[in-house]
Amino acid sequence: MSRIAGSEAEVAIQDLRRRYVPLVSTLAAILLSLLPIVAASLWVPNFGFLVLLTWRLLRPEIWSAQVALGLGLAADLVSGAPLGQSMLLWTAAFLALDYVDSLVGIRDYWLDWVMAAAAILFHSAGVWYIALLMGSYVSFWVMVPQLILTILAYPIAARLVLALDRWRLAR
Amino acid sequence: MALGKRRPGFSRRAQYGLFIGYVVAVGGALFAVLLLVVYLIDPRGFAAIRGAALDATTPVSSAGSTITGFFNGIGEGISSYFRAGSQNARLNRELAQARRELVRRQALEHENRRLHALLGLARETGEEVTLARIVGSSYDSPRRLATLSAGSSAGVETGQPVRSPDGLIGRVLETGRWAARVLLVTDGSSNVPVRLVRDGTPALAVGRGDGTIELRTLEVGQNPFRRGDILVTSGVGGIFPPNVPVARVTGHIGETAIARPLADPARLDFAVVLRIYQPAAGAALDAAPARPIVPPVAGPAQPPSPAPRPGQQNNPRYQPGLQQQAPDLVVQPRAAPAGAPPR
Repeated sequence: MSRIAGSEAEVAIQDLRRRYVPLVSTLAAILLSLLPIVAASLWVPNFGFLVLLTWRLLRPEIWSAQVALGLGLAADLVSGAPLGQSMLLWTAAFLALDYVDSLVGIRDYWLDWVMAAAAILFHSAGVWYIALLMGSYVSFWVMVPQLILTILAYPIAARLVLALDRWRLAR
Repeated sequence: MALGKRRPGFSRRAQYGLFIGYVVAVGGALFAVLLLVVYLIDPRGFAAIRGAALDATTPVSSAGSTITGFFNGIGEGISSYFRAGSQNARLNRELAQARRELVRRQALEHENRRLHALLGLARETGEEVTLARIVGSSYDSPRRLATLSAGSSAGVETGQPVRSPDGLIGRVLETGRWAARVLLVTDGSSNVPVRLVRDGTPALAVGRGDGTIELRTLEVGQNPFRRGDILVTSGVGGIFPPNVPVARVTGHIGETAIARPLADPARLDFAVVLRIYQPAAGAALDAAPARPIVPPVAGPAQPPSPAPRPGQQNNPRYQPGLQQQAPDLVVQPRAAPAGAPPR
């Protein structure tokens, strides 16, 4: 691709791509929960939250916390979770990450992973507790396989998002 | 990525923008809490919007389910190839046993029908509402919900039992026009009154959220369940029709008997939605929707197909056997924490 845009349309397309790739890729990850997998136990990661979190950690500047609110609503409607569950947990995770960002000046891959793990743990605990409030008395051990797999899936998600980000900003 | 403080320079406008962003986010999070509370108080509050979302998303799952069915089939084919020899021997043994059992059952069935006729009991049959496909599940949440490819346009209503030829799947939790969500028997909030086929011991099958079911008896300190025992619905509570197979006991964890549902949701193709066994029970449930699935617990000597009693018609928690005798014998599944031994 040439570095100089050839036409107005090309500029417009590049602009759209630059703006909406994070949003669209996260929505696509949310829609993955429509896959016709019927699992007896819980181990598949929550792709929506994973991709959202990866974008947030990789590009803290593109989203403010309120984006998580809208995406959480979409996730709740798609996955059939109680309305408000992802809205609350995702937004709270974003606010917490903003706070941590303001405390910690440095950032590297390992620190990102640790923060992702903390956020995933928070998310699992929140989902579990909300299920408990809704009358589903299961032990927290049910969540553990998913928790571990999601934490281990973070590097893969990070590479995917990084590739998307390169493509997004390519000239 | 240099971050430091997230302060967008000295521009007042940008600073206000950031501040308002936080206000919106915190306000939105509080609003989400409010939504959750509303959902907790009245799960049907957002029935319309949730139903519409269900309708909009189900076609995707339906289209894909053929593909995953194909892949599931491959895995199963390979594993059964390796187990063919031992499986054959075992199946032959089981078949011989099942034949003997079948003859005995037919005799019993005949006798049962005769006795019912003698007593003049009109047997309420669990009529089919519709046949539908299981097209998806909430595989990334601790709730065990499945999506059914039929909704209110096919007559599916909240609370109706769903079964497959193998056994009970669960109950309809919410409906869209063309799709419905089913609470599987393995969900942590699912309580199904069951009885042991072998000797009729009543119990409550409570989901554990990991694909297994926990069995709670009424008698204190008793655990009559043995590996391989089959449990069927007892019909108590009037939601589930009696004698639908539910689960097979697989073992014990401590004092608790663990069972696996006979209808494996991962391999389900078709599911049959049944009418609520005794509609009065469903009507009473409608009046108190906050606790969707609390069928009553059977008394010890509850017959499998009871004639509707006066109190049972409008009170789904009516417990004939336990009403007066000993209130502390009543199992309260919602009050007990997960993993607690049966009281």
